[in-house]
Amino acid sequence: MDYLPDKVIDHLRQAVVAPDFSATRYELLGEIGRGGMGTVYVGRDTQLDRRVALKVLNVVDPDREAAPRMADEARILARLEHPGIVPVHDLGTLPDGRIFYAMKLVEGTRLDAYARTSASLPERLRVFLRICETVAFAHSQGVIHRDIKPENIMVGPFGEVLVLDWGVAKIAGLAREHSAAGSVAGSDTASGTVIGTPGYMAPEQAAGAINQVDARSDVYSLGMTLKALAAPSPVPKRLQAISRKAAAQDRSLRYAGVLELSAELERFLAGEPVLAYRESALERLGRLVTRNQTLVLLVAAYLVMRIVLFYVEKWGLASPSQAGGALGGP
Amino acid sequence: MDPDTTLAGNQARFPETRRSAIIGIRSEDPALRACASETLIAAYWKPVYKYVRVRWNQSNEDAKDLTQAFFTRALEKEFFTSYDPSKARFRTYLRACLDAFLSNENKAASRIKRGGDALVVSLDFETAEGEIRHHDIASPELSREEYFHREWVRNLFSLALDDLQRESHERGKQLSYRLFERYDLRDDGEKLTYEMLALEFGITATAVTNHLAAMRRRLRQLVLERIRETTATDKEFRNEVRAVLGIEA
Repeated sequence: MDYLPDKVIDHLRQAVVAPDFSATRYELLGEIGRGGMGTVYVGRDTQLDRRVALKVLNVVDPDREAAPRMADEARILARLEHPGIVPVHDLGTLPDGRIFYAMKLVEGTRLDAYARTSASLPERLRVFLRICETVAFAHSQGVIHRDIKPENIMVGPFGEVLVLDWGVAKIAGLAREHSAAGSVAGSDTASGTVIGTPGYMAPEQAAGAINQVDARSDVYSLGMTLKALAAPSPVPKRLQAISRKAAAQDRSLRYAGVLELSAELERFLAGEPVLAYRESALERLGRLVTRNQTLVLLVAAYLVMRIVLFYVEKWGLASPSQAGGALGGP
Repeated sequence: MDPDTTLAGNQARFPETRRSAIIGIRSEDPALRACASETLIAAYWKPVYKYVRVRWNQSNEDAKDLTQAFFTRALEKEFFTSYDPSKARFRTYLRACLDAFLSNENKAASRIKRGGDALVVSLDFETAEGEIRHHDIASPELSREEYFHREWVRNLFSLALDDLQRESHERGKQLSYRLFERYDLRDDGEKLTYEMLALEFGITATAVTNHLAAMRRRLRQLVLERIRETTATDKEFRNEVRAVLGIEA
């Protein structure tokens, strides 16, 4: 082979790696991000003239399992029609044999970046409740996400959320245990494969106990996500207790499901007692005062007014007689 | 099924057709060891020669002798079998061995008689020298490590392209290769589209797409195989794929 200039090598690198969409309805515009399984590009649907996200299987698939997993992911997404889950438009194969799918192009802020913004705690919790709604919906469809973490959640400009990366989801009744090619640091264990992200992964997942992975494993990840989301603000003890209960090591001590977790957060936001935390009398009083601030203020204002009137009356009545006495002297 | 032309054919996967030469060189079998040595020399002699010539400022003749002597010494002293993949990449290790060898050679009062222990593999030094002379590849802005890496990548792609060209001729895919050569190996800045190629070769644009996709897919596989040959573990393989192609593996 003749001498290969750097320019040709750079072109070859691109050519052998970049997905060739020329035989499809999509046009490649740029890369968005890379993951263990696939790379996401921004593209244009030339038929509908709209921008889309295109997820393409990585070039190297050492375990030969990323391809079926990605196809599964597209099918799971297509099955989960919910505002919190990115809609899939198309699933296809490139001329080089790699599979890809086209989905709605999501624009927003990743939850880890959102957590660093100046959003108030109640705002953050309302965003979190939307995440819970989405995950609860998936659970109702028999799908366990298994990799919930701030990096896999997008927050839109109006606080809307999208839960992404369903590539390692578990579907009830479907044997689908691919090996660890995702975002996972781990290896096969006696019972199965470790799928998830350390720090957010439930202990039963980390142990590879696939049979024990259920909705409560997602509850654990949500508990850890809640912790990360609330952390930048001072976190009230009752809220700390909620995330602690959600992320309990012993899954029997966690909330039984995501709806129970959201109900608990609703109670927290409404200033009601939460199941995860036993309050002292003083704390209860403090909470009641905080919860009924207007009423407390009205009562306080009323009391102040009464006291003022009392003294005005007292002094007001006393003064004329004293004055009269002086004027009407002998 | 022909994986080269089938649209849903084999994807680039962990290459299995070639074995790691780094593992092969430790084999008990002399034939396997010899084959592994050849593979390692083929992958590294050119970057080594250019490195010695350009980065150690050696003359053409000295660089030839030093390159020959380095590989001869490496095989005699079993440098390569001492490589521990948990500590560094093989090419980093090889360059460290080379630097140590060159330092010793510089310090030695009487140099070893070079050229006497000719390698079994013949090395085309003239071509390597021509590349240094005719192309501006000194690149003083690069560190030694970067320079060596760049030349290793260049050699890797050259070897993979040689494989692709040979294989395409053997399998009667000359048209595919010619299209690939015309579109992907051109260095003249010519604006070329698939439609223009289709017109030039008297085929459809879709056929151009398919021919090019097949060639690129095969080249990718060949590059991965070459990387596999010069890495010892899966982890090292993945790291090198990332370094060469910039992708996760």
